[in-house]
Amino acid sequence: MTTAPFHKAMPLGKGKLSHTAVYWIGFCAVMAVLIVAPLVLPIFWAKFLTEILIWGLLAMSSDLLIGYTGMISFGHSAFFGLGMYGAAGALLQTHPPNLWLAILAGLGGAAGAALFVAYFSTRLRDIYFAITTLIFSQIFYVIIFTWTAVTGGENGLIFTRPHFSIPFLVDMRFNVLTMHWFVLALVAGSYLLLRRITRSPFGMVLQSIRENEARTRAIGYPVERYKIVAVMLSGLFAGLAGVLYAVQNEFAAPDFVFFVTSGDTVIFNVIGGIGTLVGPIVGAGFFQLLRELMSRVFGEQFPYLIPLGFIFIAIIIFLPQGLLGFARRWLNR
Amino acid sequence: MLQFFQSFPLDLLLIQTVNGIVSGLILALVASGLTLIFGIMDVVNFAHGELFMLGAYLGVVVLATTGSFWLALIVATLIVAILGAAMQIVTLRPLIGRDPLNTILVTFGISLILQNFALWEFGPVARKLPEPITSYFTLFYLQYPWYRIVIAGLSAAIIGGFWLFLKYSKFGVWIRATTQDRVMAQAMGIPVPWVYTGVFAIGAAMAAASGVLFGPLGSINHTMGLDWVLKAFIVVVVGGMGNLGGSIAAAIFVSLLESYAAIWLDPSRAVIVSFVVLILTLLFRPTGLFVPTPK
Repeated sequence: MTTAPFHKAMPLGKGKLSHTAVYWIGFCAVMAVLIVAPLVLPIFWAKFLTEILIWGLLAMSSDLLIGYTGMISFGHSAFFGLGMYGAAGALLQTHPPNLWLAILAGLGGAAGAALFVAYFSTRLRDIYFAITTLIFSQIFYVIIFTWTAVTGGENGLIFTRPHFSIPFLVDMRFNVLTMHWFVLALVAGSYLLLRRITRSPFGMVLQSIRENEARTRAIGYPVERYKIVAVMLSGLFAGLAGVLYAVQNEFAAPDFVFFVTSGDTVIFNVIGGIGTLVGPIVGAGFFQLLRELMSRVFGEQFPYLIPLGFIFIAIIIFLPQGLLGFARRWLNR
Repeated sequence: MLQFFQSFPLDLLLIQTVNGIVSGLILALVASGLTLIFGIMDVVNFAHGELFMLGAYLGVVVLATTGSFWLALIVATLIVAILGAAMQIVTLRPLIGRDPLNTILVTFGISLILQNFALWEFGPVARKLPEPITSYFTLFYLQYPWYRIVIAGLSAAIIGGFWLFLKYSKFGVWIRATTQDRVMAQAMGIPVPWVYTGVFAIGAAMAAASGVLFGPLGSINHTMGLDWVLKAFIVVVVGGMGNLGGSIAAAIFVSLLESYAAIWLDPSRAVIVSFVVLILTLLFRPTGLFVPTPK
């Protein structure tokens, strides 16, 4: 899963090689824009961009299931939320709060949730999988909401943001800029890792499960095991998004474990384009921007989800590949 | 041991049995609409809970204007049925022949729209529907409302009537034929797209009817749809998807267990019992408790 050469899925040739070059030039250009953006933007929009990146990471993690394995997860809020609460727990227990421990604890929490969900829900396929992930995420919601002694119940947990520290080298406070760069580094790293995973032999098996599960099983791949690993990987990245969100906003709240987060994740994916990894980030940006715009034009109370719901339905019917669908082949080459 | 049995709250157990059956029958009505739509159209209607909610809200509105609960029940059911048919024609018909996963996404979009419409139109404050029948009878030391028994009976009657409809009416035969073999049904001249529309309308009507019937028992708010669709999903998975009898049995089974659990547990935690039932079902009979052979 980790040892395949980089170009394995891509036949070498004169025209093809330039694709790699173009891809990396594009990647660097986008990265450069994202690095410079918070220097130029006002603080509100810089924070907004950071948040889009975090939502994008969550959406991207879910894309590994929706776009590459063909399983729609309606339960990503559980992984996101467990990441949040794991980080919050670690930050409240350690003095001084340690960022890396928080990330570790959040990933651990998300991995636990993902193992639980994966073990049970991968027994079912298609629609049944979607439903069971939804139900399982609600189990976590009910537990977190009612277990007030540990999770703070309805109020959630509040903590102070940890410093960015590397022992003996750096110890500095996060500000809007460094927070953005930190998030950007992790999201970009996750993107590259996910891209690598989807292009690895493991990722190829996932895509073959998406295309034809029965045949994949007939060839001799243990489909269930692949699915469990896929759900767990996806859960880990979703947990990382949860940790980042918690660190960025300095709280963990049960609202984010609720179904709405999972629903938003699916919307990001469908709008942006499943199976592209970049698409979900674009979808998240589109969604958040539209929401912000509508609440500015029509007021805070405006039910922005009504027009967004119509856009969502229209995209499924008329543009099933999403906004970035046209670039799907190119991005996966 | 004897002490345990003596301290066993037998009267409480009986009351909870009645409660469980009543809520089980409402849940069965919700779930059978969901199962019907799934079994025939391969569509998981994510918006089913929102149709339930919309039924309840329409019940409130019609009751406020006409003053008759039973009229409200009929009008709300009819309006939601028409809305369901329109939804099916506009959003689901273009998706026939595509991956069924698309349908869960589209109905999810519909649920978003309906839920936020309800929030916008009716506000975040929960509404109440007054009980149409206010008399009580004595059950042990409790004054048990007749209305609950009436709802249970009505739910059972609707399900039974629907079963007769499937069995004996022309449209019912069309529905069953379409379930068995879509292509052959079409070849025999059955207007399959309209069967789909009709089925969706019937399912929506069942959700709305149960919404109005449930109205007086709890509060009506814009988020109630998710609770109900979740319960219905659990029931439908436990009972075996697309299996009408199975989901009715599972609805009563799960509701009974939940109301027994409520004797000892806080009601907000009693939901966990249904989650446990689901997990056990997935572990040992992934195709459903009441399905004899896997499909």
